[in-house]
Amino acid sequence: MLRILPTVTRPSSGLLGKVVASPSSSRRTISSTPARQADITLTVDGKEVTVPQGSALIQACEAAGAVIPRFCYHDRLAIAGNCRMCLVEVERSPKPVASCAMPAMPGSKVFTNTPLVHEAREGVMEFLLANHPLDCPICDQGGECDLQDQSMRYGADRTRFHEITGKRAVENKDLGPLVKTSMNRCIQCTRCVRFANEVAGVEELGTTGRGNDLQIGMYVAKTMDSELSGNVVDLCPVGALTSKPYAFHARPWELKNTESVDVHDALGSNIRVDSRGVQVMRVQPRTNDDVNEEWISDKTRYSYDGLRFQRLTTPLVKRGDRFVPASWEDALSAVATGLAASGATGDEIQAVAGHLADTESLVALRDLVHRLGSDNLTLDQNAGTSSPVHGIDVRSNYLFNSTIPGVERADAILLIGTNPRHEAAVLNSRIRKSWLHTGLEVGLIGARADTTYGYEYLGASARALSDFVQGKGSKFAEKFAAAERPLIIVGSALTEHQDGAAVYNMLAKYVLANKAKLLTPDWTGLSILQRIASRPAAYDVGFVPSKKAASAKPKFVYLLNADEVDPKSIPQDAFVVYQGHHGDLGAQLADVCLPGAAYTEKSTTWVNTEGRSQLGRAAVPPPGASREDWKIIRALSEYVGVPLPYDNVLALRDRMWEVSPTLVRYDITEPTSTDIVLAGLAQLAEKTNGAKVGDQPLKRAVENFYQTDVISRASVTMAQCTRAFVKGEGYGFAGLGKQGDKAEAAFA
Amino acid sequence: MFAARLPKRLPLRVLPRARPITTTCSRRSDALFVHRDTPYNNPKIPFEFDAENLTRAKEIISRYPPQYKKAAVIPLLDLGQRQNKGWTSISVMNYVANLLEMPPMRVYEVATFYTMFNREPIGDNFVQVCTTTPCMLQGSTDILNAVCEQLGGIKPGQTTKDGKFTVVEVECQGACSNAPMMVVNDDFYEDLTPESTKKILNAFTKGEKPKPGPQSGRQTSENSAGLTSLTTKPYGPGEFCSPEFS
Ligand code: SF4
Ligand code: FES
Ligand code: FES
Repeated sequence: MLRILPTVTRPSSGLLGKVVASPSSSRRTISSTPARQADITLTVDGKEVTVPQGSALIQACEAAGAVIPRFCYHDRLAIAGNCRMCLVEVERSPKPVASCAMPAMPGSKVFTNTPLVHEAREGVMEFLLANHPLDCPICDQGGECDLQDQSMRYGADRTRFHEITGKRAVENKDLGPLVKTSMNRCIQCTRCVRFANEVAGVEELGTTGRGNDLQIGMYVAKTMDSELSGNVVDLCPVGALTSKPYAFHARPWELKNTESVDVHDALGSNIRVDSRGVQVMRVQPRTNDDVNEEWISDKTRYSYDGLRFQRLTTPLVKRGDRFVPASWEDALSAVATGLAASGATGDEIQAVAGHLADTESLVALRDLVHRLGSDNLTLDQNAGTSSPVHGIDVRSNYLFNSTIPGVERADAILLIGTNPRHEAAVLNSRIRKSWLHTGLEVGLIGARADTTYGYEYLGASARALSDFVQGKGSKFAEKFAAAERPLIIVGSALTEHQDGAAVYNMLAKYVLANKAKLLTPDWTGLSILQRIASRPAAYDVGFVPSKKAASAKPKFVYLLNADEVDPKSIPQDAFVVYQGHHGDLGAQLADVCLPGAAYTEKSTTWVNTEGRSQLGRAAVPPPGASREDWKIIRALSEYVGVPLPYDNVLALRDRMWEVSPTLVRYDITEPTSTDIVLAGLAQLAEKTNGAKVGDQPLKRAVENFYQTDVISRASVTMAQCTRAFVKGEGYGFAGLGKQGDKAEAAFA
Repeated sequence: MFAARLPKRLPLRVLPRARPITTTCSRRSDALFVHRDTPYNNPKIPFEFDAENLTRAKEIISRYPPQYKKAAVIPLLDLGQRQNKGWTSISVMNYVANLLEMPPMRVYEVATFYTMFNREPIGDNFVQVCTTTPCMLQGSTDILNAVCEQLGGIKPGQTTKDGKFTVVEVECQGACSNAPMMVVNDDFYEDLTPESTKKILNAFTKGEKPKPGPQSGRQTSENSAGLTSLTTKPYGPGEFCSPEFS
């Protein structure tokens, strides 16, 4: 097998649980830097192309504009060369060669469109179809199936298959509530196996048997416990692995595709929302090498069914202890009356921004609250009612400065109070990639976690960090000091922790002391990993309280998508308005509910953890009487007598530009200059000076990856995942023994 | 050959009629390639190398560079299979995986790939009859029938009721020059006839161990009809030389 990537042999992380490599274990001892590669020139179909040395022939052919059919080759996975669909003719080679497994050679002449190549493709196709069930009419992949498309294009138009003994039959595997299997259809390309092992870190998926008996599976009965498992559905070129929640719901040609941005974590993964009529039918990844490559997490992909349940579709006003539906006029005047009746003035008017608040509505709400004379802008997190420890004056103090692709350049990573696997699953796969292929060293302070790579555990609390900054107690500190491009990733949960100030203080001082390596014009080695989609934008627009406002007791509380608030933090007699799309905790606390739109229903800006603004797009209309969020705030401003000056979204975006120009510079990250980062850190060190280092362990920020916000909490699929993967119970029909088997058979 | 598939109507080339169909039934392995927990084979059954095997295992592992420890998986599985009454249970695989610090699935892949790892229990004597072409031409079908008959009418792949014998068909064992042949446990019995086969099995039933090798009186694989060449006395030194050298 040929691998283009220069690899360092990594010991496998084994069972994901025991990742901490014991000192005696077989750590790889060599490290290599990729050799500088020259370019080579070859001829494809008479066209000269120049590609970097070490490229596969298939890449050279692509560069020359020749289309090569393929099943097993995937440019983000190792090369397997086992489907033979990519055969091409090379001059002076006696047989057709598999172009994906063949390095491009200088001066060779390649032909991709000769009778020999056509016959070879037709032959391979015939072999593949000989053991394929041809059940396209009942197959979910129909219409977007590589096998279907390529057999139309390259296959024969008739069959020679007359075997009365029938085709190969393979037992279906149970991979869990997300991935449905139909293993008869598998063509053994092993893309799923390579993805699971290389990218997702699920080393339990493999091939058993050989020859005609080869099958994909786990050998023992197990589910595929990974946050990225849904991606195998996209990778599978046939219908062997399909999406269970989406099974038999729609055909690809009925769907409308809308390119949008994900909001279930702060990575801002690029997605494509596929909808039919007013329903979101599925969510798929969109390639963006700077953010999510082409993967998305299972929460991103499968929590869309939560958009159908528990929705607020009409304004509700509380009468006694029940909510009664109201018209928008009534609801908005109820808010205005409530505000007046509560007697709230100045900082007693509090606004709380939640996980899924979009940037437009944050800006609008901030303007509204300011116009009402208050500065009490808070966040729905622990300690969200006071200004965050890192401050918001300098962007680099709260953003992921190294950028997401930059993680791959780091050669030592220290994770503090974060488990990227749960807080940013796709980012975690980048760390794993780097860990597999380079000599990356990882250290972790905080709760132990099953990452998908080995790490050195430094301790549970801020105390471990104070040892680390003094270079005490661990080999990792030495390695980190010796690293070329060290990177510290700080979890967003630290701002909510009582030792947050101490941690930030130590870090700021450490970075300032080691700025030669940690802060160079081309490398910023301190990154904060946000986990909540709206948070970077909230910091960017300044959605934090002033010191004076933080101490005021609120009499009027405006919850904007805030469902993680502590109910006790809201005074009993306060008038509470909830604006959001799901009837979750926030709505229960409210006196008036204003139904907003979910992320698939509005075209709004989202800022990811790197500070990259991206535009989400509306795929479906908001249900019932619900409206886009900023419009609700705009309408409300009329009722409370302080009309906001923007009437359309463009005017609002002009206002956003005034607040922070980065909010409307889409799709790019703007690095903070080194001087400003230094100033920011100096300010941070000064502000947090004297903070005591405590022994309180840094807790997990995300206990249950599958249910972190209102949408995923309303989703049935995510509830099943929670049962299967978090609680370890059976789900659906699995695990019910004999009876269950029958039920599943009837159901499948 | 690809041309045969083109439709007859194509005017450009005169094509022969499509090939007549052939039906070969696709042979599949009789083994399952997934694991199912059973009372006798489940991960809860403990397995561990005994002291002697552990030393051997350490020696085997030391042959490979430490970062390629997993290269020892085949010899260690074999060791495990021998210790575990001739079959590789899921516990053996898990134990080996643990010992070599590799994901268990990588061990399962190896164990399911090679047919010489038995993933189901076998009898005390493991009879493998070769039925590949050379042996078949030399009458391995009769040998297989004889074995099955002798062992009470069991079929290939089955174990006798008393648990003494398991019969399987295997592919070429590399002893074709002494075809037909079978392997009992670790020994080759070659140049078989149905009679000698039965005799050998009888001996095993009694707990004896007949002499391995050709059963026809041949030493090794020399011509059974005697030499047909090199029959004369070979030249010795000093013969046929010009006089001055003799
Ligand atoms: S299940 Fe799909 S992706 Fe996996 S080997 Fe089979 S065809 Fe390939
Ligand atoms: S794509 Fe080249 S062999 Fe599969
Ligand atoms: S064919 Fe039987 S040993 Fe070779």
